[in-house]
Amino acid sequence: MNGVFTWLPDLLLVTMLIGLGWATVSSTDLKRAVALFIAFGLLLSVAWARLRAPDLALAEAALGAGLSGALLLAALRDEPSAGDIRKDLPFWQRSLVDLLTVALALPLAWVLWSVLSEPAPSPLAERALSALDRSGVSNPVTAVLLNYRAYDTLLELVVVLAAVLGVVSLGRERPGYRQAGPVLSSLVRWLVPLLILAAGYLLWVGAHAPGGAFQAGATLAAASVMLRLSGADRAGLPVGLALRASLSAGVGLFLLVGLGLMGAGQGFLHYPPAWSGGLILLIESAATLAIAAALGLAYLGGRPAGWEAGDPDPSHKERRP
Amino acid sequence: MAEPLALLLIFIGLGFYLAGAVGLLRFPDLHTRLHALTKADNLGLGLLVLGVALLHGSLLIALKLLLVWLLVLAGSAASAHLIAQHALRRSDEP
Amino acid sequence: MSLTLLYALTGAALFLLGLRATLLRTELLARVVALNVSGAGVFLMLVAIAYREAGQPVDPIPQALVLTGLVVAVSATALALALHRQLRERSDD
Repeated sequence: MNGVFTWLPDLLLVTMLIGLGWATVSSTDLKRAVALFIAFGLLLSVAWARLRAPDLALAEAALGAGLSGALLLAALRDEPSAGDIRKDLPFWQRSLVDLLTVALALPLAWVLWSVLSEPAPSPLAERALSALDRSGVSNPVTAVLLNYRAYDTLLELVVVLAAVLGVVSLGRERPGYRQAGPVLSSLVRWLVPLLILAAGYLLWVGAHAPGGAFQAGATLAAASVMLRLSGADRAGLPVGLALRASLSAGVGLFLLVGLGLMGAGQGFLHYPPAWSGGLILLIESAATLAIAAALGLAYLGGRPAGWEAGDPDPSHKERRP
Repeated sequence: MAEPLALLLIFIGLGFYLAGAVGLLRFPDLHTRLHALTKADNLGLGLLVLGVALLHGSLLIALKLLLVWLLVLAGSAASAHLIAQHALRRSDEP
Repeated sequence: MSLTLLYALTGAALFLLGLRATLLRTELLARVVALNVSGAGVFLMLVAIAYREAGQPVDPIPQALVLTGLVVAVSATALALALHRQLRERSDD
């Protein structure tokens, strides 16, 4: 009897995850699908906490549920008739996809069952954890991201920058929102300083507890989204050259540190053990700024006014409620 | 000593959440549903927070949880207000 | 059945659900959402593999991979939505 009860919470969570996932992808009303998707993201955050991945839980709540949801809702706002048009694929295409799904499902389940039934030792994990005291931080995930696999994180920041440059080069930003009433503006007035404080804390604490640059950057981006929604068109983002500098700060500082270390004879991104803590914090600070600027700009949906020198006055921009 | 009390608080809090969910499903229109959701869910969260704080027994954690509850309160009050206002405005327009 | 296997199978199910919906739906927004659900399934599989019982330290490497993947997924979603908006605006002309 005891055995059943220890499984109950996990079975419940797993059932809800699959149920919400199914409802999200099969919903014909797009607004409902997006709302379900946000709920799915939050539930997934609980799953990360259950699986002892607190850094992921923080990031999923902020990025996966929060920012992705905000982006999708902003896209929905552009097309109010979304979901009215629904064409179904011809029957043979649908059957083919169903066949493909079943053909993938059985081997996948069999592989997972045979491989994961017994816990397997992971020598890589042991090496990663045993080198932790030399890595400059005590949070293993931060050590992997900013030290052992720093090169991957550099490339990830490049990917984020490339995506934002794509968004920016495609067109102008979306129409802004009207000035917020008293309720929303007072909420924003309290929340934004709190979010900035929380972001600073997450950045600092990432070295020895769950947190880090990505969570902090996402929190700042959330503050930017809130400002945008309450009618502040700048959305807290810097203008012109300062914005470009913030966007490139992440990749730029990372490269500077890497090349500087290479020039000093250490090798690209090989931190000297005495300096690794400080270097990691430095890189993370620049990355936080870059991620916040990038995600905030992504929410704007395009080039803001003032992006290029000599841009016309933004007062001609239309506003929609 | 604290643990059974904490569990009781958590279960009562979950009961409030259940009530809010039932209200969401059963109430006839938007405004009544908003009412059920915000009132029941926030009270449920308060009881949940109290129970979890008791389980941990640390003042710092209790204060952080209290902050979480206050933020959720502010956020849900603001969003309920905005949703209701938008619904009213939309029903006034032709 | 261990916790790892349970969550890995859930991740596989979500992956397949999302994949099927990505292929079957015709509206781009629905496809983006389905792709995100599929990605969440992949992340679940990875984190399930990283899981260890209480007392042993968790494997940090798959978790770092998933964190990277999460950020990349959000960026890709943003770009996809911007492309969609431009497509719609240009096809309206």
